[in-house]
Amino acid sequence: MRITVDGVQLAARPGDTLASALLRAGRRVLSQGIYTGRPRGLVSAGVEESNVFVQVLSGSGEPMVRATEIEAYDGLRVRTLAGKGLLPDEPDEARYDKTFAHTDVLVVGGGPAGLMAALAAGESGARVLLIDDQPRLGGRLLASRAIVDGLAVHDWVSSMRDRLQALPEVTVTSRTAVVGYYDHNYLVAVERRTDHLGSAAPATMARHRLWNIRAGQVVLATGAHERSIAFADNDRPGIMLAHSATAYAWRYGCRPGRRAVVFGAHDGALAAAVELADAGVEVAAVLDVRDVVGADFAAALARRGISVQTGATVSGTLADDDGVLRAVLTSAGETVAADLLAVSGGWNPAVELFSQSGGRTFWSEAAAGFVPDTAAQPTHCAGVLTGAVSLARVLSEGAGAGAEAARAAGLDVTEPATPSVEGELREEAAPAAYFCVDSAAEETVFVDLQRDATLHDIRRAVGAGLTSVEHIKRYTTIGTAADQGRGSGVLAVGVLAQLSGRSMAEIGTTTYRPPYTPISFALLAGRDRGRLADPERVTAIHDWHVEHGAVFEDVGQWKRPWFFPRPAESMDEAVRRECAAARTGVAMMDASTLGTIELQGADVGLLLDRLYTNVFSSLKIGSVRYGVMCGPDGMVIDDGTTARLAEDRWLMSTTTGNAAKILEWLEEWLQTEWPDLDVRCTSVTDQWSTVVLVGPRSRDTLEELAPELDCSVEGFPFMTVRQAAVAGIPARIMRVSFSGELAYEITVASWYALAVWEAVFAAGEITPYGTETMHVLRAEKGYPIVGQDTDGTVTPQDLGMGWIVSKKKPDFVGKRSFARADTSRSDRRQLVGVVPVDGRSRVAEGAQLVSHGAVLTQPPVAMHGHVTSSYHSVALGTPFALALLDAGASRHGEVLDAVDDGHATAVQVVSPVPYDPDGVRRDG
Amino acid sequence: MLRIPCPWCGPRDETEFCYGGQAHVPYPADPSTVDDADWAGYLFFRDNPKGWFAERWMHRAGCQRWFNVVRHTVTYEISASYPPGTSRPDVA
Ligand SMILES: [Zn+2]
Repeated sequence: MRITVDGVQLAARPGDTLASALLRAGRRVLSQGIYTGRPRGLVSAGVEESNVFVQVLSGSGEPMVRATEIEAYDGLRVRTLAGKGLLPDEPDEARYDKTFAHTDVLVVGGGPAGLMAALAAGESGARVLLIDDQPRLGGRLLASRAIVDGLAVHDWVSSMRDRLQALPEVTVTSRTAVVGYYDHNYLVAVERRTDHLGSAAPATMARHRLWNIRAGQVVLATGAHERSIAFADNDRPGIMLAHSATAYAWRYGCRPGRRAVVFGAHDGALAAAVELADAGVEVAAVLDVRDVVGADFAAALARRGISVQTGATVSGTLADDDGVLRAVLTSAGETVAADLLAVSGGWNPAVELFSQSGGRTFWSEAAAGFVPDTAAQPTHCAGVLTGAVSLARVLSEGAGAGAEAARAAGLDVTEPATPSVEGELREEAAPAAYFCVDSAAEETVFVDLQRDATLHDIRRAVGAGLTSVEHIKRYTTIGTAADQGRGSGVLAVGVLAQLSGRSMAEIGTTTYRPPYTPISFALLAGRDRGRLADPERVTAIHDWHVEHGAVFEDVGQWKRPWFFPRPAESMDEAVRRECAAARTGVAMMDASTLGTIELQGADVGLLLDRLYTNVFSSLKIGSVRYGVMCGPDGMVIDDGTTARLAEDRWLMSTTTGNAAKILEWLEEWLQTEWPDLDVRCTSVTDQWSTVVLVGPRSRDTLEELAPELDCSVEGFPFMTVRQAAVAGIPARIMRVSFSGELAYEITVASWYALAVWEAVFAAGEITPYGTETMHVLRAEKGYPIVGQDTDGTVTPQDLGMGWIVSKKKPDFVGKRSFARADTSRSDRRQLVGVVPVDGRSRVAEGAQLVSHGAVLTQPPVAMHGHVTSSYHSVALGTPFALALLDAGASRHGEVLDAVDDGHATAVQVVSPVPYDPDGVRRDG
Repeated sequence: MLRIPCPWCGPRDETEFCYGGQAHVPYPADPSTVDDADWAGYLFFRDNPKGWFAERWMHRAGCQRWFNVVRHTVTYEISASYPPGTSRPDVA
């Protein structure tokens, strides 16, 4: 396989990561410190990597990925990065999917503990999901030479995989990282499906998949991350975590160095020295900070001719011209030539997910690490995560946790026998909690490599008086880089403990938050992008609007015609023409988006009496009434007309954007307060379509289309409803008006909407109009739009609509609040009209109203109110706006300034009903 | 994300529900007899305990019915789920 790094071709083998291929090719300097510019190389073989990040150029690309987590494939192309990722300019065309899983037992981690847990739970018949982030199961066994149940580890892992696959209720998912552990055992995982396939990736397969998992029980077998030790010049290429060095040697078959020094604080470091020696690396020195080391390990090293220097540390390192390690300076004053310094300060159990779940951790002296304490959810921990060291213990803990989880899920369990283990050295001497070798050159003692943060930075933070590890994290930025503190978090706590003389337990860790590893926005969005981001609702007449050149506006999820420009016509010109047609001739609008709720039952009138401010129960069959609805606080929440079609059948209309909310409002009161009422509510917005016919000539048009209908003023009065055929189509016609003009709302089943629309359009010179004209027409009449001219702090009285608030009804929702001191104030913001003094300037919606002549540069400038709607009024011949103004009802005639973006326009306060205030036009 | 037991549909993800605040806060039988302070209490004041709390939920993306839940505000444990109009069960 050929891969390309920074334009240079390298060879790679199947099973390689990008990192192992780079190491085998002898590439040592692969990055540089983000602030210091110091050369950096691979420090790990896995998710702990904090130095070498690359931008992937081939395939779907990716701005910043750890080199240790990229599986090599033929044709892989990457660019190395100096600490920061690069966002691509092109949109991400790859497909991302979501999947949902429900399982009795979720096992996180496919190492020895996880495999045993999955087997124990799976054999009970439980539904088990085993998730592992690696391409192959086995975890750190993959770099081990132990014999398990008489089998080499690879064969044992294969046999376990076969046994799991034979269980029908067990699912094993590799290349999948659990990144979040949330409430009620809800976990989120990222599955990488095609990244390792390169050009062989099937085009139909989603690149990544987001798993949403709800688990009855969770077994965490997340293992541990190796912890480094900080010392002077500890950042040179060639300085690596000890078990990463052995993983390169034994898992990937590439020698991490020729001549090594091993430096550690626990027997595990000595085990790594044995592994390196057996892999053909010359182990020049083994330094252990402890005075007492495990005898088995010392003996194993002695058999290889290697002695352990106890009570010894690394005091510094030397580099060649490229900045690569060439020698190690020891506390005994020796200079040992080496191209590999394998460091192991101990194990940090991977408690991230456990902590995210709400579980507490504690500092274990025995394990020299923070380990899980009490779980907050149905969570079971096993293996290295708990501080276990020996493989035999890890296997038995795994089996035990799997069995316990299955039992808790309600299954009968026979725990599988724990496999025998041979060839493993026993760890017998206690680990040391050791973090940092003191040095005068504190600025070269790196604690967080990715943030280039040092012992000096921590000392400065402590010197500034900071004691909390959370504060020190923010002050030094340690633990805030892409590795989320995996390499530096506990190390920083240890350094702080050493500096301050406090205990690890006292200091504790910073909070672990999701995601455990980075997750892309593209994956979170999945297919909900572009047109699928939000549903688009269109009326049955939509295609006609498109064909006739409508410009659309979004109203909630609806696409509504905004205006219908003729060729070369501006918006203002189009709206002026549409308004003139409605005021002087006849015009039509698609009002199908108006929310419509059908109510049935004996008690509908009673319900409406309780929810509207005015009386509805007295409404005659065939009549229509306008109503305003308030919350219990007396503030307007909706308005609209309701028709009584039969004794027990009513039709309510709501604001376009409010339909679902008002249906829920009705249901809430019916279900929780008045379940005794006989009322059923159904949304019928989509079932009916409505054509509004407006203008003094609209009666002529309707008479022509509905010859059987008596359209006279007496025969079809205002606020009544009729059933009749319109253009031969069964229709319900309501005489209501949202413009002040004579108007009819013709409602038909949506199936007939286009037919009736086209019939009306063909009936004469009828001008189609959109929402902008509708707004101008209603504003000229001072009809407020709930949600535009109101904002949840406006009462009906504030709108000048005290007439709609019943004095007779003993109660309705909102009534009691009108007697509150605040709602009774006379200086509340009230609806007014404002017109520009110059007769020409249109003020901006949202403009603030201030005293006329107020000096805007001298704050505070008292605000008296704000503009809620603003249009050019054809009927008045000037711009006109609605506004909410302090004590506005008593300030008609006053001149104020409307301020927008620092620009003041003098306006005069007028009545909010400037056009036809006596309502003489509604009968045509 | 919580897993909420709807009394009619069974356990479902929190994203299917909407929250309705403290339960057992009935609309006063005759608001005109409630003084200003008590009316303000009804409108604006709710308990905010650290511990068990009876609260309202509505299964918006399911049966669209309201119900009550007893939930622990620290651990998020849910100990009861019951229809409106019934009293808080004697659990937790
Ligand atoms: Zn439900």
